[in-house]
Amino acid sequence: MTDTNAPPAIEVRQLDKRFGAIHAVRNVSFSVRHGEVLGFLGPNGAGKSTTMKMIAGFLEPTAGTVLVNGHDVLEEPIKVKSSIGYLPEGAPTYGEMTVQRFLNFIAEIRGLDGSARQQRVDHVVRQIHLEGVLHQTIETLSKGFKRRVGVAQTLLHDPGVLIMDEPTDGLDPNQKFEVRSLIKEMAREKAIVISTHILEEVDAVCSRAIIIAAGQLLFDGTPAELRARSADNDIDNAFRLLTTQGDRQQDEVAQA
Amino acid sequence: MRNILAIARRELHGYFSTPLAYVFIVIFLFLTGVFTFYIGGFYERNQADLDPFFRFHPWLYLFLIPAIAMRLWSEERKSGTIELLMTLPITVPEAVLGKFLAAWVFSGIALVLTFPMWITVNYLGAPDNTVIVAGYLGSFLMAGGFLAIGACISALTRSQVIAFVISVAVCFLFILSGFPLVLDFFQAWAPQALVDAIASISFLTHFESLQKGVIDLRDLIYYAVLISFWLYANVVVIEMKKAD
Repeated sequence: MTDTNAPPAIEVRQLDKRFGAIHAVRNVSFSVRHGEVLGFLGPNGAGKSTTMKMIAGFLEPTAGTVLVNGHDVLEEPIKVKSSIGYLPEGAPTYGEMTVQRFLNFIAEIRGLDGSARQQRVDHVVRQIHLEGVLHQTIETLSKGFKRRVGVAQTLLHDPGVLIMDEPTDGLDPNQKFEVRSLIKEMAREKAIVISTHILEEVDAVCSRAIIIAAGQLLFDGTPAELRARSADNDIDNAFRLLTTQGDRQQDEVAQA
Repeated sequence: MRNILAIARRELHGYFSTPLAYVFIVIFLFLTGVFTFYIGGFYERNQADLDPFFRFHPWLYLFLIPAIAMRLWSEERKSGTIELLMTLPITVPEAVLGKFLAAWVFSGIALVLTFPMWITVNYLGAPDNTVIVAGYLGSFLMAGGFLAIGACISALTRSQVIAFVISVAVCFLFILSGFPLVLDFFQAWAPQALVDAIASISFLTHFESLQKGVIDLRDLIYYAVLISFWLYANVVVIEMKKAD
């Protein structure tokens, strides 16, 4: 399954992003192979979403490169975007459209036509359980349904690479379980990156975890390795330990 | 082309899924009627033409067209869907063209719905219908010019109200530059070439000849250049600040 000779599905090299005076992402490098589910962790404002936006081709990096299946995001944006399914932060969708119309629109842009489009839309609708709300406008749906429409949209073209910014945010426990099962199911043939604040999710679905804080990569390893960072083998404590170290150092500098 | 049409269809459907489309069309038809019959003196003139009808189009468009254009990009920014749109496998020019076309087709629909005016004048007299066709063409092109300006300005802000107000101001300048008020001011001291140049960027100058039934290639080129310029500016704005 994981062919070590094939190029990684996503390769991020020395990625850097500044917004004026704010240095949002600092020299971040990592790669993701097919068959991996990478959990992207970090406090709010750590640079998770910014990094994901750069991989998806929405933001241009200040420095560094992103390769998706060996193609540079900046040089071949259309090729890269075609091979990615991307769920932006907050799962934005066109509220005035019905679920069906929205999915058909995305499928059309994704190059699907006629019966192939119909089949894919039907398949994804069943997969994400949207049958009941197909003809409702998206703005009238609950938060959980909106999020699921956002997830459905990423799967229509059956992409090899999935990038999802907080796919389970706003879902109830049952829906969370379903989305996680779906991710695990798809993990075999895809490269998946998800960001999350829920650390148990990392244990549940991810084969690898990355922690970034203040734009810097602090940890890259398996969930078990992450847990081992804390004295009591607890993932929450390990996360706190890693992400607050920087603050403590800064405090010490301030005191000195 | 496929992507342009997909975006245009989505956008056009977006107009009709909110009250905006119906409010716009009703007000447009109502105001064209008021201007033609009351202010334009359609009956009193005793002439079988649509001059009083077309004469007020620049002024109606000044306020109504920015209202169609304001949502094109502002709404995408505000709701965050611009991130979804710009991470789909489409280019920025495709998105810009698709949105513009949808708005232009929409304004065309509103214009076509004024056909009772055409029927009326043909019922009452024997107008020169080629002049009327040229008038409609001129009006449609002018709507395209206003829309291209409005779409570009809509891309600059996430607030539809700001987009509307600035678009009206810029469109007003484009109308005003053909007015004696402005031209007299320049006439006093500027070389004639500059005065002509200022007059020639006005919507009015190019609309008037079409309205009189003269289809001059220069007027067509003027609108083509104007629309292309603002659409190009629109692409540049989106490329430069996608995320703000």
